[in-house]
Amino acid sequence: MTLEEAKQGVVDNFSMYDEWLDKYEYLIELGKNLEPFPESKKTDDRLIKGCQSRVWLDCRTEGDKLFFTADSDAIITKGIISLLISIYSGRTRKEIAEDDFSFIESIGLKENLSPTRANGLVSMINTIKGYSTER
Amino acid sequence: MSIFADGMTDHITTIEGIRSQFPILDRSVYGKPLVYLDNAATSQRPGSVMDCLEDMSIRHNANIHRAVHALAAEATDFYESARAEVASFLNADASEIVFTSGTTASINLVANSFGALCAADGKSEIIIAESEHHSDIVPWQLLAERNSMSIKVLGVDDNGRLEIEKLAGMLSDRTAIVCVAQVSNVLGLINPIAEIVRIAHSKGVPVLVDGAQGVVHCDVDVKALDCDFYAFSGHKIYASTGTGVLYAKRAWLDAMPPYMGGGEMIDTVKFSGSTYAKAPHKFEAGTQNLNGTPTLVPAIEMLKSMRAASKETEAVKEYVYGSLVADGRIKLYGTTEDLSLKTPIFSFNVDGVHHEDLALILDKMGIAVRSGQMCAEPLMDRYGVTGMLRASFAPYNTMQEAEYFISAIDKAIRMLK
Ligand SMILES: Cc1ncc(COP(=O)(O)O)c(C=O)c1O
Repeated sequence: MTLEEAKQGVVDNFSMYDEWLDKYEYLIELGKNLEPFPESKKTDDRLIKGCQSRVWLDCRTEGDKLFFTADSDAIITKGIISLLISIYSGRTRKEIAEDDFSFIESIGLKENLSPTRANGLVSMINTIKGYSTER
Repeated sequence: MSIFADGMTDHITTIEGIRSQFPILDRSVYGKPLVYLDNAATSQRPGSVMDCLEDMSIRHNANIHRAVHALAAEATDFYESARAEVASFLNADASEIVFTSGTTASINLVANSFGALCAADGKSEIIIAESEHHSDIVPWQLLAERNSMSIKVLGVDDNGRLEIEKLAGMLSDRTAIVCVAQVSNVLGLINPIAEIVRIAHSKGVPVLVDGAQGVVHCDVDVKALDCDFYAFSGHKIYASTGTGVLYAKRAWLDAMPPYMGGGEMIDTVKFSGSTYAKAPHKFEAGTQNLNGTPTLVPAIEMLKSMRAASKETEAVKEYVYGSLVADGRIKLYGTTEDLSLKTPIFSFNVDGVHHEDLALILDKMGIAVRSGQMCAEPLMDRYGVTGMLRASFAPYNTMQEAEYFISAIDKAIRMLK
C-alpha cells in the first residue's frame, strides 16, 4: 500500500460515520487494538510533550525506513496514534519528511478535538516528522 | 436606576422560569441539547446581566469618579451602588469592598499588600490548605520567595475533609496568615470557616477565605464568619467576566499599603511624595471595569431568587451524589455523611478510564464537563491521580439533565472499557 492509499483508507474509514460519537467509538476500537507497548519503553525521552494525556512514541529504523510503536494512558489518544502509525510506520524518511499531514484536516479531527488535545496531535505529528529528519 | 429596577427575576418560582432567563441553555452542540455542567469553571449569564452590561455601554458609559458631567455621575452611581449591593450581600460595610477583576486579582492584592505588612512584621510562615486552587497557592509562593518565608500545608483526609484538628499545632507567632477556600473547586465540600477563623484568631493569625466557589453555594456573612479577607469572582455568580470582589476588614484596608499605583487611588501626588485615597479606592488604581461591575447587582438578584425558588437543586444534588457513590466503578472525591456540607460539585475518576476520554465522549453527547488537574495540582498529587473529571451543577440544571448525565457516564464507561 502506498502512503497515499493508506491515507485514503483512513479518510474513507472515518467518513463511514456521520456522528462524532461514532467516530470516537471507531477511534476507541483502534486504541484498544494497538499493539502492546512494553512498560520498559515508557521513559521520559519517549514522552511527547504538550499532550494532556501521556503519550510515548518509539521509533525503530530499518535501513531507510522508520517503524513506530506508541502508547498512551488515554484510549482515544491511543486511537489517534494508531491512525498515525497505520499510515506512517514502515515509510521511508523521505516520504515522511515530504508529507504535509493534511489528511488530518480532511477527516476534521483537529477541529473536533479539545484545544489541548489538538495541541497534542500537533506534537505527535511533529515528533514523527522529527524522526524523519534525524540522522 | 432603570437598569436595576426592571424586576426581571420576580416571577422565578420554577426551574423552567429560571432556565428561560439564561438564553444559552437553549442551544445545542453536535445536534444535541446542551447540558452545561461546567458551572464551577464559569456560570452562564442571565438576560438581566447582559441587558445591564449593554445598558452600561450604550447609555451610561463614562469614566467613574472623575468628571462632573451627567454620564460620569450616572456611571459612578451604578458602580458605587454595586458596591453597596455587594456589601449588603456579604453583610459588610461598603468601605470594606474592593472591586477587582476576579478572585485571582483579589488574592494577589492581599498577598502583595497585606503580605508586605506581614514581612515588615517579621512573619515567616504562610499556612495554605492542600486543596487550594493555584490562585490561592502561587501568589503566596511569590510572597514567600520575595521574603524568605515558608509555606506550611494544612492537609485533607482521604474523604476530602480538611484536617483542621492539626491547625492549632501549626500556628505560631511566626504565622502570617491562613489561606483556605470556603469550598474547594474540586472537592465541593463546605469547609468550617468560622471554626478555622476561631482557631487562627486565638493565636492572633488572620484568615483569607477563597470564596470563588463558596459564594455560589453558601449564604455568606463575613461578620459571622469573622474572616479577615474574602475573595470571589463575578463570573461564577452569573455576572460579567472581569468582575471580582475583595472583602477585607476595614482595619486591614487602612493599614495595608496600596498594591498598584495610578489614577484614582491617590489623594495628592507630588514628586516629593504622594498620599493615597482612603480604602477602598486606595486599592482601585486606574480605570476600573466600569461597565461590568454594575452587573453584579442583577447577578446577585438572580442568585438570591434562584436560591429561594429552587427546590430542584437539592434533589439534583442528592440524586447525582447517590448515583455516583453507588457506582462501584466510580471513585468520588469529596464525600460526607452530611449532605448539607456538600455542594453540587462532583469530581471523580473511573477505574481504568482516563478522565479526558470520559470528558471527550460526554462532550459528544452534549454534556460539558471539565477534566484534568482543575488548577489544583497539589490535590491531584495528594490523591495520586493525573486528573479528575468534574461535573458542577447550577440551579438551572434540571433533574432530567442529571439523569441524562448519569446514564451518559454509564454509556461512556461501557464504550471506553
Ligand atoms: C476555588 C477557586 N479559587 C480561585 C479561582 C480563580 O478564579 P478566577 O479565575 O475567576 O480569578 C477559582 C476559579 O477557577 C476557584 O474555583
